[in-house]
Amino acid sequence: MTSADFRILLPEILLSGYAMAALMAAVYTTRDKLAATLVWATAGLFVALALYIGAAGVGERTVFNGLFVDDPFARFAKVTILLSAAAVLVMSQDYMYRRDLLRFEYPILVTLAVVGMMVMVSSADLITLYMGLELQSLSLYVVASIRRDSAKSSEAGLKYFVLGALSSGLLLYGASLVYGYAGTTQFAGILTTVQAGVPLGLLFGLVFMLAGLAFKVSAAPFHMWTPDVYEGSPTPVTAFFATAPKVAAMALIARLVQDAFGGIPGQWGQVLAALAVASMFLGAVAAIGQRDIKRLMAYSSIAHMGYALIGLCVGTAYGVQATMIYMAIYVTMNVGTFAFILSMERDGRPVSDIAGLNQFARKEPLKALAMLVLLFSLAGVPPMVGFFGKFYVLKAAVDAGWVWLAVAGAVASVIGAFYYLRLVYFMYFGAEQDPVDSRMAPVQWGMLVAVAAIMLLGIVNLFGIEGPAALAAQALVR
Amino acid sequence: MENQLLSIITFLPLVAALILALFMRGDDAAARQGAKWLALFTTSATFVISLFVLFRFDPSNTGFQFVEERQWILGLTYKMGVDGISILFVMLTTFLMPITIWSCWGVEHRVKEYMIAFLVLETLMLGVFMALDLVLFYLFFEAGLIPMFLIIGIWGGKDRIYAAFKFFLYTFLGSVLMLVAMIAMYLDAGTTDIVKLLAHNFGSETFNLLGFQVVGGLQTMLFLAFFASFAVKMPMWPVHTWLPDAHVQAPTAGSVVLAAILLKMGGYGFLRFSLPMFPVGSDVMAPLVLWLSAIAIVYTSLVALAQTDMKKLIAYSSVAHMGYVTMGIFAANQQGVDGAIFQMLSHGFISGALFLCVGVIYDRMHTREIDAYGGLVNRMPAYALVFMFFTMANVGLPGTSGFVGEFLTLIGIFQVNTWVAAVAATGVILSAAYALWLYRRVVFGDLIKEALKSITDMDRREKAIFAPLIAMTLILGVYPSLVTDIIGPSVSALVSDYHAALPADPAALAMH
Repeated sequence: MTSADFRILLPEILLSGYAMAALMAAVYTTRDKLAATLVWATAGLFVALALYIGAAGVGERTVFNGLFVDDPFARFAKVTILLSAAAVLVMSQDYMYRRDLLRFEYPILVTLAVVGMMVMVSSADLITLYMGLELQSLSLYVVASIRRDSAKSSEAGLKYFVLGALSSGLLLYGASLVYGYAGTTQFAGILTTVQAGVPLGLLFGLVFMLAGLAFKVSAAPFHMWTPDVYEGSPTPVTAFFATAPKVAAMALIARLVQDAFGGIPGQWGQVLAALAVASMFLGAVAAIGQRDIKRLMAYSSIAHMGYALIGLCVGTAYGVQATMIYMAIYVTMNVGTFAFILSMERDGRPVSDIAGLNQFARKEPLKALAMLVLLFSLAGVPPMVGFFGKFYVLKAAVDAGWVWLAVAGAVASVIGAFYYLRLVYFMYFGAEQDPVDSRMAPVQWGMLVAVAAIMLLGIVNLFGIEGPAALAAQALVR
Repeated sequence: MENQLLSIITFLPLVAALILALFMRGDDAAARQGAKWLALFTTSATFVISLFVLFRFDPSNTGFQFVEERQWILGLTYKMGVDGISILFVMLTTFLMPITIWSCWGVEHRVKEYMIAFLVLETLMLGVFMALDLVLFYLFFEAGLIPMFLIIGIWGGKDRIYAAFKFFLYTFLGSVLMLVAMIAMYLDAGTTDIVKLLAHNFGSETFNLLGFQVVGGLQTMLFLAFFASFAVKMPMWPVHTWLPDAHVQAPTAGSVVLAAILLKMGGYGFLRFSLPMFPVGSDVMAPLVLWLSAIAIVYTSLVALAQTDMKKLIAYSSVAHMGYVTMGIFAANQQGVDGAIFQMLSHGFISGALFLCVGVIYDRMHTREIDAYGGLVNRMPAYALVFMFFTMANVGLPGTSGFVGEFLTLIGIFQVNTWVAAVAATGVILSAAYALWLYRRVVFGDLIKEALKSITDMDRREKAIFAPLIAMTLILGVYPSLVTDIIGPSVSALVSDYHAALPADPAALAMH
């Protein structure tokens, strides 16, 4: 263990130290006074670290005796996580302040969750994996119930905790089986074992681990918690759930199946494909009946996770690249969409009934237009960037010979288009009734418009994320 | 400059739409008028520039001209170009758009947005006809759904929501299957460049799929995926049901664009992709397509007879006329394909004009029920004349462009399949039946309806809108070489390549 090892870990250490310091500072000053400052400071730190990781990181190194790895893949995922977390934080400040929810614990818990995610995507060992996952999950359980005096929020937190604990249990059980049969917790060691032959117990372990991780990305049939938690949590927290943790968990699945089980894509490919198909169709069909926009976004994210999983299950470097690009596009779209959902209110109270969007375009043409772009992008209609995400994963699937999977994805995207279109329909040609107010802080407005612009302008060159994503994928798939 | 000409034509309307969206403020009468004038000016300018392209176009060259190529994401290229097959569709679009814009002068509801939608739609439609990259084509093809969805949904009639959703989801389903096929083509050929794909031979060895013998192999699979998209777009029987709903609910200008231009994308797609890229697949599936077309012609003509809504009647008549187009295309000989293209262009003028005719009286009476009219000739002689002219053109009266298209496609199909030709020819009679009956019920008879007693004839603007359409229908009717000279060489190259690509021994494929 050398100082170089610590330098690799610098961002995580810095963030943990910051979280402790901020906690102390907030506890010893008057309670929530610092909260707004902390939100902005945390977001600033996230962005600075994202820039540092993106710019300064080179090569591929495994440190702490093979526990922790720093490679282009981890860096791509970390930059995505940090930037989306920063965006969600600054968006939520105004909303939480006005509803008296802005406790200083919020930015600190988010920071700790982000540290957990960064450890997750860098893990090269089952122990690191579990440690990162739990740090993230425990922080998120608390954040989900941050509105203490609301029954719904507490319910969301509790539900999330119980089901999350179950999934952690599954994961842990799988990990112990894998350890038992491979004799090591290190991914590299597991890889050598499976290349020599796959014992049945190891497969069992793999399936249990995948089931546990499927909970975290909310892939069907392990999605049950998602709608309730999305609906019950305060909207900024929902926005956070929908973005950074999804990237981290998806990246973790990619890392696990490639780094530890890379030799046997035939074994996990079908499992992931089944998850993908179930998620895409369940997300698309179940969202149709939703009246609450947060529940609708929950099903939307389930469907999107299905598409992202397509890229992983094919087991090629191109597939991983497709998934990473898909996730980057997905979080961007969700940041914009939630910037809008955060602003929906009536008489100062947040509203999430989609009927409230009726004739919204007449009241706020610009915001409605931005949402129109985002919704078509979520539906995957060209020329919006969301189409390119879908195009990438479908291409990866056909490329690897999974044509039926690509056809299934294409069909599901048509079903899914219906409910996004329904939102457009409400906004532009819905029934004549008073639409919701949309009070936006400048930063929310900026996010919404900027994301809509990104969705349109990305057609030029996708803002150059292809290159880094390709590098990331090559680092992972050898 | 020469090389960017097509991009300029394509994106000029989009630029105008952006100017409208970003710099036009307010919703007073002056702003509305300004939006209309800007849209009219832009579409006219686009038409003028496209005329320049037409004059510089060399019909004897069967390759692509005015080609522009740039690198793009995903290893794709931004490539635009026109050949003898596509140039006239470009012209049709640029010619009809100013007329369409002018026809909605009376719209007062969200005018700015209306104009933006049409300008964006023009860009996307032009892109479809010029794109020389698969994914670029798909992008334009698919994105066109968005403005049309909004046009039907916001400015449409009573049941517009249902129609808008049906329109969008129907066409979207067809298109995504095409997208999967496009990816498969890319992986097979290693490029998405349409020019290179046209030269690529896709596999046609028969293989087994789930116990079924797929005659024509990969080509048949790809053909079917593209067919799913283009047949819906066309629309062919039995997947035409979205069209009557969309037409009835769309505002007049929306119907005009839908019937005159958007439907042509399906036929263009068959000519650009299905026929030249999957000749073996096309050959295998041609009998099916031909019979579907024949059924479409007869069945939808009969359905048209039973309609009580004018727009619905014309919509069914469109489906029938598109039947001639698919029939001509898959006859795959010079007359058939020439006739199909001719029929598409001619239908663009005629159906557009017919919808405008309905629009004229709808604007006055706010109903499309045939029974609400009768005896219009007494109050609207000019209207009766114009409507008569286009009714005759729709029937296919010699001397109008409608005749040339139907006649050529029937000659083409007669050489290939006499039975289909015989069935399709009855459609000519049926179309005369429904069109003339419609005309009689609306225009002739005594003017007994109280509400019609004060109806006014067309004003100068309305007459001016019809003038270019009448001129084109007549000119193409008496001098069809104007079109066939331009498309001829490209079509003959297409047809000879098609037949050269088929296996010499037809017995190898004669499984059907």
